[in-house]
Amino acid sequence: MASKLNSDALSDNYMRIQFASRSENESFARVAVAAFVAQMDPTVEQLTELKTAVSEAVTNAIIHGYEEGPGEVRIECRIRDGTVEVVVEDDGVGIADIEQARQPMYTSRPELERSGMGLTIMESFVDELIIDSAPGRGTRVIMRKTIAPKREGH
Amino acid sequence: MAMEVHKVDGVLVVRLQGELDHHVVEQIRDEIERELAWVRHRALVLSCRGVSFMDSSGLGLVLGRYRSVSSHRGRMALCEVGPSLMKLFELSGILKIVPVFPDEEQAIAHVKEA
Ligand SMILES: Nc1ncnc2c1ncn2[C@@H]1O[C@H](COP(=O)(O)OP(=O)(O)OP(=O)(O)O)[C@@H](O)[C@H]1O
Ligand SMILES: [Mg+2]
Repeated sequence: MASKLNSDALSDNYMRIQFASRSENESFARVAVAAFVAQMDPTVEQLTELKTAVSEAVTNAIIHGYEEGPGEVRIECRIRDGTVEVVVEDDGVGIADIEQARQPMYTSRPELERSGMGLTIMESFVDELIIDSAPGRGTRVIMRKTIAPKREGH
Repeated sequence: MAMEVHKVDGVLVVRLQGELDHHVVEQIRDEIERELAWVRHRALVLSCRGVSFMDSSGLGLVLGRYRSVSSHRGRMALCEVGPSLMKLFELSGILKIVPVFPDEEQAIAHVKEA
């Protein structure tokens, strides 16, 4: 029998995708999330911001997590009361110092012409950004963005 | 990835097109660098009119070209930057080092002054 928590979770709308860690999938990933979120009736600006944040997280998984080698990237997207939660996950090298990684302009790969702005962009384009990572254990990025104001009495 | 390139009086004008993400920027960078050699890296205008999407990979492309041109004591300008790109440029601090103009003509005039 489903617990209270499970039945709450079941009432959310969600989608999951998993794909090979290849740069040609970056555009697929952001477009898939945008297509799912379209049902929330977002503004063009909200959709652009979300697509950009997803693109940053997926690109980081591919470039840093898997160092452009083989691997799998997973995305879970959940809609709850006008807020969308997007989780982007890799099983790559992980991040040793998350605070340092979040500094604007910090990049571990300057030779690749990275600007070190990805996490800063994500932070400013979503309402909440949580990074869960440890060396050798992969990285999980959780982003929450409110699309519509909370409905009254529901 | 289509990209239009032309030269006006020693100025390289690049009309960027489509989605500037990690998947496409490396090829675009190499192509711009190749073309820049023809104007001895002295003057570059990047028109963003045709850009439909950009993330930090695109920022890296713009910043990298700025570094490349300024290391040859050249000048660079951006033009036709839409509102969502402008937000990215503002966030990244690019606007403090690279001037933005409403159209190509003004951008070309700026990089030609020396
Ligand atoms: N999924 C990940 N796996 C491992 N390391 C990561 C991951 N995401 C981010 N990092 C680390 O955090 C740093 C900062 O990430 P951020 O996206 O801000 O900058 P960047 O990717 O280096 O440059 P940019 O995003 O501007 O192209 C990276 O350089 C990398 O060291
Ligand atoms: Mg990044």
